[in-house]
Amino acid sequence: MTTVTEHHQVSPQPDALATTVVTSWKAPIAFAVFTVAALALAVFAPREGDTTYRLNASDKDAIIIANISVPAMPALWAVVVLLAVATAFSVWLVTQKRRVPLWLVVVFAILFLFGFLTWAGAGAMLPMINLLYGSLSLAVPLIFGALTGVIGERVGVINIGIEGQLLAGAFTSAITASVVMSSTGSMWLALFAGVIGAMVAGALVGMVLAAFAIKYFVDQVIVGVVLNVLVTGLTSFFFSQVLAPNAAVLNSPPRFPRLPIPLLSEIPIIGPVLFRQTLIVYLMYLAVIVVFIGLFKTRWGLRLRAVGEHPQAADTVGINVNRTRFWNVALAGTIAGLGGTFFTIGSGIAFNKEMTAGAGFIALAAVIFGGWDPIRATLAALLFGFASNLQNTLSVIGSPVPSEFMLMLPYLVTIIAVAGLVGKVRGPAAAGKPYRKA
Amino acid sequence: MSEPQPKTSTTPRDTTTVPAQAPEPSRWHQTFQKITTGNALISVLSVLLALVVGAIMIAFTDEDVQKAAGYFFARPGDTFVAVWQSVSGAYSALFQGSIYNFRRDTFAAGIKPLTETLTFATPLIAGGLGVGLAFRVGMFNIGGRGQMLIAASVAGWLAFGFDLPWGLHMLVALVGGLLGGALWGGIAGLLKAKTGAHEVIVTIMLNFIAFYLVSWLLRTPGLLQAPGSSNPKTPPMKDTAIFWNLKEYGYNLHLGFVVVVAATVLVWWILSRSSLGFRFRAVGENPNAARVAGINVPSIYVYAMLISGALLGLAGVNQVLGTVTTGFTAGIDAGVGFDAITVALLGRSTPWGIFAAGLLFGAFKAGGYSMQAAEGVPVDIVLVVQSLIVLFIAAPPLVRTIFRLPDPGRGPKRPRPIVTKEVTAK
Repeated sequence: MTTVTEHHQVSPQPDALATTVVTSWKAPIAFAVFTVAALALAVFAPREGDTTYRLNASDKDAIIIANISVPAMPALWAVVVLLAVATAFSVWLVTQKRRVPLWLVVVFAILFLFGFLTWAGAGAMLPMINLLYGSLSLAVPLIFGALTGVIGERVGVINIGIEGQLLAGAFTSAITASVVMSSTGSMWLALFAGVIGAMVAGALVGMVLAAFAIKYFVDQVIVGVVLNVLVTGLTSFFFSQVLAPNAAVLNSPPRFPRLPIPLLSEIPIIGPVLFRQTLIVYLMYLAVIVVFIGLFKTRWGLRLRAVGEHPQAADTVGINVNRTRFWNVALAGTIAGLGGTFFTIGSGIAFNKEMTAGAGFIALAAVIFGGWDPIRATLAALLFGFASNLQNTLSVIGSPVPSEFMLMLPYLVTIIAVAGLVGKVRGPAAAGKPYRKA
Repeated sequence: MSEPQPKTSTTPRDTTTVPAQAPEPSRWHQTFQKITTGNALISVLSVLLALVVGAIMIAFTDEDVQKAAGYFFARPGDTFVAVWQSVSGAYSALFQGSIYNFRRDTFAAGIKPLTETLTFATPLIAGGLGVGLAFRVGMFNIGGRGQMLIAASVAGWLAFGFDLPWGLHMLVALVGGLLGGALWGGIAGLLKAKTGAHEVIVTIMLNFIAFYLVSWLLRTPGLLQAPGSSNPKTPPMKDTAIFWNLKEYGYNLHLGFVVVVAATVLVWWILSRSSLGFRFRAVGENPNAARVAGINVPSIYVYAMLISGALLGLAGVNQVLGTVTTGFTAGIDAGVGFDAITVALLGRSTPWGIFAAGLLFGAFKAGGYSMQAAEGVPVDIVLVVQSLIVLFIAAPPLVRTIFRLPDPGRGPKRPRPIVTKEVTAK
């Protein structure tokens, strides 16, 4: 975790050293921007009717929750007032030289989102379960990619090549799963082979990155960018030359079926969203937990972070810096490769040229947005997933906003968040610097 | 191909301080050393290696080769003939599509592929200059796509929506486009300067925002959409705004190439002759030291992103005023924003290096399409070859190992951490 130095009130001693508290106006300014945006919606684009939030996945759920109806405009006005209060509170906090606490940011975000959803869904029914379920699904490759980026940067290797690793994973899983499926006929065996193939492919790309960065001291950003192009070129070439003419054998992957977890999947709201997913999503939960615990609670993680923060010190106590970097970047590659399976065998879609469509770059943004922390990077990735699925949902119920602006929203929010809330983020100290033993 | 690095250029003062080596090695020996260890040879060998890998890929996926390989042990000669035919066919198509076509009767027709190369190279060079300039300031401008799209939209809007006299119209559209690109790049610079927001995130996000913004403008009647049409496409550019070109002689080459040559000279002048360029490089080398030396680092970030955005904007303007003048869609950037990154890397962020790299990649692009048309080899192989070239050039030790070349006196060539012995000893 990033260490946050808390400056408590200094006990009233006469000669106490004055503590400096760094306060920033960024949060109040960002709050004000969003408050004005909500106010503008209420004033310039009023809408009529009630918004109904539907909280059941289907009528066959074990526990049925009644739909919640909210009158759109009164709710929006209430939200505007609350947002204004929160903004004023944050301004007061900053004038008092105090930090704007994280909970206030979270409450503010939820309030704004509620206000926006209520406004956008006026006169219609919002299927909340579908919205959240789809968000999680869309976030899956981003989360896997972000975990890869987090491990890489924590060990001191900047990984711009996540996009390439996802693409390599998608390509390999499609081929291996299709081949095994057509030769053995067993779906689970095919899916298993696809997953293994994708992990190997991701690891291979990671190894190339690590080899060039560590052995040949090539700038890590350069290798990452070039690897993206290389993987794009290779997969597109083989797709046109080999896969497309033999699609029946080489490019018709099976699909991971949904596996509801007994009991857990019957919990209202949470169950249908979290526990009626495919095996890949369950693997994703596992990966997030394992990476988090591994990084911060185990010897492996301590060594990894030491190598990324201060390689000289790590070397002094006997850690082989370059070997640690190489194998951890390769290991991280397996995670991104796994994420690539989402595009093909995870969704039952045949491989196509450049099918990852920039997901690796979004994952990279999630890494930095999440402050190089696996949990926060996951949350950032979920935000992207939510925003893109929100657009899908709203276009179904008839969105009042042009779809392009809805699609733009997550990226706009990221910029405001990065500029306003995160600000000067500080990554691992030695990330991007090759280590040469003196 | 690769420009000599700035550090090797010696000022007169340096020559006086360097003590004369006692036994001077013979000139031939020096020259031989330079050739076998220098950058130029590494570059040539890198291109060669990448082409060999490309040849292997072409041969392995060729149907005739696969057929002949089926009876390899009966008649191995057939396989080699098939390999030779597939590879030589593809590469001669690549050459004839990018440099000179021998099958044409006249020189004027034969030279057309070369002009195609220059046309394809034009936006690549402009974009590469933009990315490379940002690299020199220590910033990674990955937002070429957004900057090109915004620039193309502004230039296109000025070019089809207004009636201005011949010449002036073109100038107005060009300048408008440059300003659009500069604005879009400047946002990232400003946010980095004011709030410390990481430019990689901001420029990636701005790419998506620009794409959706332009998509919306293109499908909304009264904005960029052609009147009376339901396609997300603009009307064609007015003749008064189009770059002067050689279309009447059958070439696609246009004034954009001249503009890009001028831009290369300008960037060279900025980086190596102006005081702004000195500050750019100082911030790029070490922002902390630059700050201590009295340079306003945040404002340098803004200036650098403004200029970088304008250069990528030039690439966008080239597309709408030079290459595709019949109206554009949201795909007008044609991936140049990302290709520009590889061009800048191959050119090692020096203006003339980028110019050469842009020409090479332009040739690959022009030749790649004719290779696809003539031999059925997917144009994607060009991406593989390009990325391998950059990878090999970036790792000279690897190339030396493959070709068993001597290692130039292990030390001076390799960059070292900038710490003196006294500091490390502490």
